[in-house]
Amino acid sequence: MSPTVTEPTTSSPPRLWDRAADTPTSYVREDEGAHPPLDYAPYKSTRLRHPTQPLVYLPQTVTEITGPQLAGERVGELDHDLTRQHEGEPIGERLIVGGRVLDTEGKPLRDTLVEIWQANAAGRYRHRWDRWPAPLDPNFSGAGRCVTDDEGRYRFVTIKPGPYPWGNHHNAWRPAHIHFSLLGRAFVQRLVTQMYFPGDPLFPYDPIFNSVRDETARERLVASFSIHATQPNWAAAYEFDLYLRGPGATPIE
Amino acid sequence: MIFATTPSQTVGPYFAIGLPWPDGPSAVSDGTSGRVRIAGVVYDGAGEPVPDHLIETWQADPEGRFADLWGHGGPSRLEGFRGFARSGYEDGDGSFEIFTVKPGPVAGPGPPGASPQAPHIDVSVFARGMLHRVVTRIYFADEPQANAADPVLASVPADRRQTLLAERVADGYRFDIHLQGPRETVFFAI
Repeated sequence: MSPTVTEPTTSSPPRLWDRAADTPTSYVREDEGAHPPLDYAPYKSTRLRHPTQPLVYLPQTVTEITGPQLAGERVGELDHDLTRQHEGEPIGERLIVGGRVLDTEGKPLRDTLVEIWQANAAGRYRHRWDRWPAPLDPNFSGAGRCVTDDEGRYRFVTIKPGPYPWGNHHNAWRPAHIHFSLLGRAFVQRLVTQMYFPGDPLFPYDPIFNSVRDETARERLVASFSIHATQPNWAAAYEFDLYLRGPGATPIE
Repeated sequence: MIFATTPSQTVGPYFAIGLPWPDGPSAVSDGTSGRVRIAGVVYDGAGEPVPDHLIETWQADPEGRFADLWGHGGPSRLEGFRGFARSGYEDGDGSFEIFTVKPGPVAGPGPPGASPQAPHIDVSVFARGMLHRVVTRIYFADEPQANAADPVLASVPADRRQTLLAERVADGYRFDIHLQGPRETVFFAI
């Protein structure tokens, strides 16, 4: 079996872009400092949940450079709008959260699934294990899905999540955040992260945010307010671009 | 590389409000011939089950083809084959299960014609307390010949290879994951 890209042979209608040509056959390897360490003492739950043996080098084979292509079939009509999933509107500050999914060469990732989940305006998740005594909102589930367009853009309508306390240390509070999950195009591009809001006063005290040791890298987790995308008399907008690993310089190993 | 990647953050304890799908654990359609269950438990360094973990798997079909749109080496021809499974629960007890078919051999690393890889499934593990996913592979204990010739397994210290082998059980395969400790699973840098 050849690992080379196979040209489509069907007579499907022409597309604006060529998926085969757009699908790299190798990706840059993960930079050691690109992600937070698995062993990070200030975040206490890492203690028993990080490997202690060195990671084994895995060459990027066909299993790693391919990945699930789940897009349209996973997304319902209102999945991108977390304010319209119930009879009434959720309480909170209405927001538009949008941006682009790109690779590290700046190339858009089209047709890729973006999944989010978050707490409600009071900082409470609709999850049986969330014991924080803040009210649940009957009109807010807190989960959304969408697929990027031809420019790699995604867009959600939601409400601003509230901060909430947690048990990591005395008086620990999570800054307001929205969880993001991206599949990308290849197994190696898979990313789960969190988006934060600019200027949050809880930043200096949050070990999860600060587990990203480099300040510039931390800033990449913070959305920016966009007056241009803000809709008058309706909703404030935040922009959050996400970058997944791009093509590698070397051919498939 | 022009831009740096967005850093990872933990999936947290509440991913179950967003990520699981009803058919998430199934990498194949229900009626697929050769469908098997692969199940196990994720353990922490104290040997306790990790209830708030999320497992994802990615694999080839029995012909060694992927459910990638154009594929590399050609897309899967198996009806309803997704090749991707996701297992995570709101009331997790540390266990996971996926329903799939045993993959075929796929091209190995190196130039075309290099020896193929033994049947394997790539696995991502996410959890509260993990700031980034860890990646491992499921190989099959009942493929001793293919495993002996596998270039990735050969690169794993011999005394740790066992941690990557799923054992045949009555209803499929058993594969436990130890994040830490004396039986720590082999995790890969990709």
